[in-house]
Amino acid sequence: MAVSNTEIRSAADLRIDPRRKVVDRAMKYFFIAAAVATFAVTVAIIATLVVDAIQFLQGIADTDEGLGSLFTIGWFPRRGMFDIGTLVVGTFIVTGIAMLVAVPLGLGAAVYLSEYARPKVRKTVKPVLEILAGVPSVVLGYFAIAYINPNIIVNLFSGANAAFTLAAAGIGVGILTIPIIASVAEDALSAVPLALREASYGLGANRWQSTFKVVFPAAVSGIIAALILGVSRAIGETMVVAIAAGATGGGLFSLDPLQPGQTMTAAMAALGFGSDQVAGDNNAFQSLYFVGLLLFFMTLLLNFVSDRLVNKLREEY
Amino acid sequence: MPLSTPQSVGGATAATVTVGVTSGRRDVKGKIIEGILILALAGSLLILAVLLIDLIRRSWPIWTERPGDFLTGPLNSASAADAGVWQGIKGTIELAVIVAVVAIPLGTACAVYLEEYAGKSRLASFTRLNVRNLAGVPSIVYGLLGLALFVQFFGLGSTVWAGGLALSALVLPIVIITASEALRAVPYSVREGAFGVGATRWETTRSHVLPAAAPGILTGVVLSLARAAGEAAPILLVGAATGLLRTGNQSLWEQFGSSFTAMPVVIFSYARQPGDDFRELTAAASVVLLVLVLFMNALAIWLRNRYQRKW
Repeated sequence: MAVSNTEIRSAADLRIDPRRKVVDRAMKYFFIAAAVATFAVTVAIIATLVVDAIQFLQGIADTDEGLGSLFTIGWFPRRGMFDIGTLVVGTFIVTGIAMLVAVPLGLGAAVYLSEYARPKVRKTVKPVLEILAGVPSVVLGYFAIAYINPNIIVNLFSGANAAFTLAAAGIGVGILTIPIIASVAEDALSAVPLALREASYGLGANRWQSTFKVVFPAAVSGIIAALILGVSRAIGETMVVAIAAGATGGGLFSLDPLQPGQTMTAAMAALGFGSDQVAGDNNAFQSLYFVGLLLFFMTLLLNFVSDRLVNKLREEY
Repeated sequence: MPLSTPQSVGGATAATVTVGVTSGRRDVKGKIIEGILILALAGSLLILAVLLIDLIRRSWPIWTERPGDFLTGPLNSASAADAGVWQGIKGTIELAVIVAVVAIPLGTACAVYLEEYAGKSRLASFTRLNVRNLAGVPSIVYGLLGLALFVQFFGLGSTVWAGGLALSALVLPIVIITASEALRAVPYSVREGAFGVGATRWETTRSHVLPAAAPGILTGVVLSLARAAGEAAPILLVGAATGLLRTGNQSLWEQFGSSFTAMPVVIFSYARQPGDDFRELTAAASVVLLVLVLFMNALAIWLRNRYQRKW
């Protein structure tokens, strides 16, 4: 509320205007309401997931196979086969391959940028890595199916499926994870005080000794946090796997990364994307929420641990 | 890093010290390690380069043969020759409008509460924890939220409204985190100046803190719009069209309440089709989305550098 200059003669004039107090109070409650709205989002997510997941479990308990269909090998929701294990194993394979790509590249880039690069190099390279972080995941999905699989996987491994492989999807997810790991790990390394490096140099250590025997151990909790966050992102990544891993309607249990496979997120995308056909209260559609709930808790746990580790690093220095 | 090593100080003394410390031997192991680290960084950058080159090379026929036709063409997963991206561009803009109207005021208001009003209260620390957790929730889970809550429970159907609200929930934590950082960067003396002349907290926030933090908040806004524009999973679950999208003559208002598609979903639709002509289409559509998203990211970086104030 505007205060006109002509009316004000002393601070007392300002204090006594009751309308300003009312407005101030009202705005405070408005801002509190906005904060409470963020809880509404969390509650809505958990409520929808839990309610529909329970309905799903009740639904399959009523079928002939009962809850046993959660463990019938293979994920074919429209045929009543809901083997969560098939999806979880597929997710782990993709995540593992993603980490094989993202951990060496991401950590190497982080160590180089933090400990070796000249300020000028760092200033130009960091925005470029931010560009990589900004590439939408569908584009990486296209890259995985159109470039990585035919040009890399099929050439390197004979017997790989020519169109869809879990390995290509994993590499695509890994590329998306590189900038996340690099950025969090770089923050952790930069947070290590300069004095530690100077002390190390002062004792006669050279750069790699200081980096790997002093700075890296000092930043280890932050680096582990970066890795956990990377795993969490890789588990939750959807579009790359939905495009490049191949399985749409269902998937057999498979441990072979050179064949098509099904992950938790890809299964959800396939179900949700075909929801016009399976909509309604049938079990296939409801399984979407059950898988979603599992995914939600897996990432929540990983993010929580990662958050704790970052805070630990922050408290240390 | 401003670290003083013999090399960076330079001069004859430095050379003597270096020789003394290393006994004159070359540090082969150190060079190898440095080489490996450079390879890791170069590898990451190389991937980006290969991706961009592949996209441009493969989409080249589209850009040379029918650029206008492609940009104005409709979504069509059956016939590559008639397919284009116009409905996707339109849908992405409509979704961005909803995100801008819903997530940005709400997120900024939440950030104002956290930074200006809350102090160290329990509600504040709990809100911060909640926002950090929301930021880590996979995007497809926001799709489930949109499907169960907006499409079915609120009966919005598979419309731009439902998709826009799901994306708003997705970017809300990003808006809150960036706006909080921008508000935190405003020094306390600015607030004290306003309090000193008798302004209430809201008056201080409105007339001093928000204007000072505006560039930083705007940077976050652009970043979150870029994120929303690139997300496919949530709107795919909400029910964005992937095959063919028929739109009659609708008013702008009616378009928000009808079925829709968006750029990332168009790319997904084309990527799923076999055949080289669809690969070309996918690459060309990816170029359009990348240009849009990278332009927004560059704008955010530019805003940050241009208006960053040193207090």
